[in-house]
Amino acid sequence: MKETLLSLEHLSIDYKIKGGYLSAVHDVSMDLYPGEIFAVVGESGCGKSTVAHSIMRLLSGGNAKIEGKILFEGWDLRNYTEKEMEAVRGREIGMIFQNPLDSLNPVYTVGNQVSEAIMLDRVEKQEAMKRAIALFQDVKMPDAGERANSFPHELSGGMRQRVMIAMMLSRDPRLLIADEPTTALDVTIEAQILEIIKELKQTHNTAILMITHNFGLVAEAADKIAVMYAGEVVESGDVFEIFERPMHPYTKLLMQALPRKTKKEGRLQTIDGSVPRILDKKPGCRFANRCPYATETCRTQTPAVAQISETHRCRCFLAPDEIPSDRKGA
Amino acid sequence: MAKMVELDQMEKHFRISKGMFDTSRQVVRAVDRVSFSIEEGEVVGLVGESGSGKTTLARVLLSLTKMTGGKAMIDGVDLSKATKKDLKKLHQEIAVVFQDPASNLNPRQTVESSIMRPMVIHGVPRSEARRKAKEVLDMVKMDQRYLDSYPHQLSGGQLQRIAIARALALSPKIMILDEPTSALDVSVQAQILNLLLDLQEKMHLTYLVITHDLNVIRYISDKIAVMYLGKLVEFGPTEEVTEHPKHPYTKGLMDAAPILDPRLRGRAKELMKGDPGSLINLGTGCRFYSRCKYATAECEKEDPKILNVGFGHQVSCVHPLQ
Ligand SMILES: Nc1ncnc2c1ncn2[C@@H]1O[C@H](COP(=O)(O)OP(=O)(O)OP(=O)(O)O)[C@@H](O)[C@H]1O
Ligand SMILES: Nc1ncnc2c1ncn2[C@@H]1O[C@H](COP(=O)(O)OP(=O)(O)O)[C@@H](O)[C@H]1O
Ligand code: SF4
Ligand code: SF4
Ligand SMILES: [Mg+2]
Ligand SMILES: [Mg+2]
Repeated sequence: MKETLLSLEHLSIDYKIKGGYLSAVHDVSMDLYPGEIFAVVGESGCGKSTVAHSIMRLLSGGNAKIEGKILFEGWDLRNYTEKEMEAVRGREIGMIFQNPLDSLNPVYTVGNQVSEAIMLDRVEKQEAMKRAIALFQDVKMPDAGERANSFPHELSGGMRQRVMIAMMLSRDPRLLIADEPTTALDVTIEAQILEIIKELKQTHNTAILMITHNFGLVAEAADKIAVMYAGEVVESGDVFEIFERPMHPYTKLLMQALPRKTKKEGRLQTIDGSVPRILDKKPGCRFANRCPYATETCRTQTPAVAQISETHRCRCFLAPDEIPSDRKGA
Repeated sequence: MAKMVELDQMEKHFRISKGMFDTSRQVVRAVDRVSFSIEEGEVVGLVGESGSGKTTLARVLLSLTKMTGGKAMIDGVDLSKATKKDLKKLHQEIAVVFQDPASNLNPRQTVESSIMRPMVIHGVPRSEARRKAKEVLDMVKMDQRYLDSYPHQLSGGQLQRIAIARALALSPKIMILDEPTSALDVSVQAQILNLLLDLQEKMHLTYLVITHDLNVIRYISDKIAVMYLGKLVEFGPTEEVTEHPKHPYTKGLMDAAPILDPRLRGRAKELMKGDPGSLINLGTGCRFYSRCKYATAECEKEDPKILNVGFGHQVSCVHPLQ
């Protein structure tokens, strides 16, 4: 079996806020392998970005309390010094965000910014610019040579995201974390960016952690998927399996809420109620107040993670535990 | 069926100055000679990339901006010849809901005053407006308790319900929905789409729905209008346009749209190259020319004519797809 590149083990993150602790992420475990696109999906506020940022140690606010392990090639990143983390960021793990403008410097040309990144590896200036332009070509930037002389505000959203990807590629990381990378883009440009990400996985064997609320992207590109709800991964596994045979009540309802038909074929499934904010953890299933199958047990006890198959895990009392496993946590 | 909206060569051009020192003018042809109609009780979806002129077209219909050419008839009223009285009638008949739930409402007003405001402006007595506010809140399936809430106390989905309730307050005939669910999560989106369809069927409303999301358009609309750089490039019944797109741009858009089924990920698709170009000082000829792989010299000569290809399906292309 392939070696895991990234393993989250029982990761929990609480934000200290007025009046207690907000449980933003609870008992999340997942394994990422090289050359695999792993999608983390869920509705806004379910904790996706908190997971992504914690890996890079980029949680802002200084009010986060973390438990569990973040293993990268077997080493727990949580034990790294700030200096060691600095070396991991970019070189080992790259990241792209929804809004590339936040990460680009407005006063330097994009060519300059990418060649700066390349020069970190002691490459001489002219050579670095040459490589930067080659990278712009790799990410299919139109008129790559000329565009290198543009400032970020002169570029379209799609071109800026290409710059970010080129910048990330210049360090050739083993893991790419992409947090809603195409949310601000038109579908036509989104499709182009998605192609580049898929190519990256194939040619560089890069592992990609794709954070998104867009199930279309997951269906188009992901190999594995973890569905998050109110801070927990409720179900995870192979994309085909989860789309075709979802097991968790939340995933099941969600799949039927997707607009996959026409109105002539009937109304979409809806889920009554709303996501709870979990302040000061109590036992119980976090979906119980909306779940059509909830019982008294669900309200008073926390369901464990059932291992349905080699890769398929589900956090629900109704899930059959088929493969006994000593290492649980979806 | 009666025509509720009828656009005939409608255009909206903006003149902008080039810069502080250069006073020569440039023209942005945001909506350029667009013709199509919406029947009473019909849902028409308007799609196209960012900057293609969708919102501008909507703003003309809402008389938030004046068209610069052509003709627009709304429920029998000619927009360019409308009197004050006509416009007042139209303001009651045509309502709008925007994408950003927060921008639809005033942060310092309670839900009740937000819903009452358009009615009060139109001279509805306060007591009557208050009664109607309760009624429309009921229609969007929200509890009366929310009447005293402020926008910041509500979720995105709740805000969008309130915006819809407010739009319903003057009993409109036409609703323009500009990206009504883009800011919402999947499960909330499903609730709002169902609600919109229920209301539309019950009250026989006419909808113009603007969105980037082709899955949403396919679900909700009877007909689809596709815009590219200010031009209407294709128009027709939803199934016709999605299953047999005739314009190369529509085909590219359909191919780029993610399908919510992993089993279809290997399907043949051609990804369009490049970004949508600029609207400033366009020359003659097809605006899709630089991105189109079927382009020939002919396409550059003049604006492609509108062809009827049957089943109420129209396309504006020199070499429509088979
Ligand atoms: N007041 C204005 N002055 C000058 N140009 C304008 C004005 N309003 C809109 N435009 C231009 O008209 C074009 C169409 O804009 P519009 O907002 O209608 O696009 P849209 O299709 O709604 O895009 P999106 O999908 O991003 O909402 C754009 O190029 C825009 O910059
Ligand atoms: N610094 C912070 N302090 C307090 N709460 C936070 C902070 N950052 C995020 N949260 C909360 O944590 C939860 C998860 O947020 P986030 O990870 O951003 O979700 P997602 O990316 O899935 O939308 C939300 O309830 C959010 O409001
Ligand atoms: S544990 Fe109970 S409440 Fe939670 S999802 Fe399963 S059946 Fe529903
Ligand atoms: S008119 Fe010509 S360039 Fe334009 S879409 Fe048709 S084939 Fe392409
Ligand atoms: Mg986020
Ligand atoms: Mg718009």
